[in-house]
Amino acid sequence: MTRVVGLTGVTKEYAGGVMALREVDLSIEEGELVGIVGPSGSGKSTLLHIVGTLDRPTSGSVEIAGFDVAALSDRALSAVRARHVGFVFQAFHLVPGVSAQDNVAEGLLYSGLPRAVRRRRAAEALERVGLADRARHRPHELSGGQKQRVAIARAVVGDPGLLLADEPTGALDSASGESVMALLHELSAAGATIAVITHDTEVADQLPRRVRLRDGAVVDDTRGGPRTDTRTGIRTGIWTGA
Amino acid sequence: MPRRTREHRRDSARSDPARSDSARRDPVRRDLRPARLSPRDVLHVGSGGLRSRPLRVVLSALGIAIGIATMVSVVGVSASSQEKLLRQLDRLGTNMLVASPGESMFAGEDVKLPKSAVGMVSRIEGVEEAGATGTVEATVRRNEKLPEEDSGGIAVQAASLELLRTVRGTIASGSWLNGANGRYPSVVLGHVAAQRLGVGKAGQQVWLGDRYFTVVGVLDPLPLAPELERSALVGWDAAERLLGFDGHPTSVYERSQDSSVSAVRSLLAPTIDPENPQDIKVTDPSAKLQARAATEGAFSSLLLGLGGIALLVGGVGVANTMIISVLERRYEIGLRRSLGAARGQIRIQFVTESLLLSGLGGAVGVALGAAATAVFAQVEGVPWVIPLWSVAGGFGATLVIGTLAGLYPAIRAARLSPTLALHAA
Repeated sequence: MTRVVGLTGVTKEYAGGVMALREVDLSIEEGELVGIVGPSGSGKSTLLHIVGTLDRPTSGSVEIAGFDVAALSDRALSAVRARHVGFVFQAFHLVPGVSAQDNVAEGLLYSGLPRAVRRRRAAEALERVGLADRARHRPHELSGGQKQRVAIARAVVGDPGLLLADEPTGALDSASGESVMALLHELSAAGATIAVITHDTEVADQLPRRVRLRDGAVVDDTRGGPRTDTRTGIRTGIWTGA
Repeated sequence: MPRRTREHRRDSARSDPARSDSARRDPVRRDLRPARLSPRDVLHVGSGGLRSRPLRVVLSALGIAIGIATMVSVVGVSASSQEKLLRQLDRLGTNMLVASPGESMFAGEDVKLPKSAVGMVSRIEGVEEAGATGTVEATVRRNEKLPEEDSGGIAVQAASLELLRTVRGTIASGSWLNGANGRYPSVVLGHVAAQRLGVGKAGQQVWLGDRYFTVVGVLDPLPLAPELERSALVGWDAAERLLGFDGHPTSVYERSQDSSVSAVRSLLAPTIDPENPQDIKVTDPSAKLQARAATEGAFSSLLLGLGGIALLVGGVGVANTMIISVLERRYEIGLRRSLGAARGQIRIQFVTESLLLSGLGGAVGVALGAAATAVFAQVEGVPWVIPLWSVAGGFGATLVIGTLAGLYPAIRAARLSPTLALHAA
């Protein structure tokens, strides 16, 4: 198995002396579905920024998709994000007034693919998240769960090596939240490497691996748990011990 | 570039789980240069902010539009006025010179042109036509009952038959003097003279000297010879016979080939008076028109300055709009950065937006300025002229302003931390 994320001794200190991360070691292998769990202020957002190459650590080394982040320029990091990392946000961040398909195609805007290819891939990605029939709908015509599915389609449309979901169910009711989690499980089953950042232990407990953060440090890293998720019926934990 | 895109496409088409492993070995995936946006994509992302806020676009483009419209119309109005004069000059030609008696070196001694002046002038090489007028000591009035002082400033002049052709005059009504009527009491009136005498068209009679003369013709305006517009012209023979004219011309008009104007100019005085050429004054009536055309062409720099200030204020408005746009769209910027936009691509997006905004204002401004000039041209009866350089200059100014106004906000946008999108609640 190949390592998608490799953090070694990562420390992040913000101006003013706030230590957001202390000596974090984290390794995510290809195909894993990991929950990064912790209460607010535990440093999980900072961890997400660093894993997503949106921010650099104060010290420690970060390797994403085989690239040493410290050695890369801002331009090169942008290219890493464009080709290897997909983001899903709590607030969806869809462009208002633009169809679902065009929103998804925006995920490939910086990939260098021609427009027609981007639109075709976007249609395929919408099909993968079960929204093929909503391609022409604009965000305000979609439910919260559907919006998040569009956002997930946008994140996976470029087949990134790593999908980062920041509180993907945070703005959703529980039924929509469950369907979004089920979708993430499906994508994982199809081979995607996914990290879900959440403060919701219920969400985290469905995931085969959970990394618990507290005060900027990893306090627990468990694999296994429920062998079969009761709601999705997907067997989890098969990556245990990978 | 196209090759890279194709390879990239083929590469991304694979979606098997082992893909990222293959990516490690794939040189295309290892190449971490951000892909370039096509011009169409740049236009698309650059116009996104404008499409979502049309009212703001209209208002901030308006400032630019007013500035450009002012400048284009100021230049257009003066160019149109100038064009009218230039066309007139073109029609009238710049190859006419007038010789007349100047100041004599000996005070009190009147200089007179020789009677044979016209004949001599017409023999100068290059001269095509020559005509003359001679001042007649007489007054012209509407009728005999009006007092003699009531001449209305109209000069009575003897005119040679070639005069009309030489000054390229045209007849508004009736006909010009000819060998037949030039011997009888007939008169041709300049258009100002006709107005002052209340003569609408040929056929009426005016009291000239001590008898009634029949108006055989009325002339159109003569921009090159305004002195003839205010004259009552009688035939050379009639003037000598009926009005005591001495037969000495007071102005000799000549027209030459364009190429020989300067040669003729230097020969004119010595030909007319070989002994005292300095007593002969030679003038170029078209010079005055040319000077007027130059004055009309010099647009009011005050108005142009006002347009410039409006443009500057418009530019500040665009800069302001852009700064607000960047503030409002921090999350979009963060999102784009997370999707893989490099700083340069964020900068280009906002500079494009600014350029579109001011370019829109510029286009509207040029159209407004052209329309204003068209209205002016219609009302003033001058040709509608918009110099191409003013349109190009207007657009150029908008592009410069758009870039300047957008650069700082764009740089700010590009410097924003990409983590912002994730902070949005």
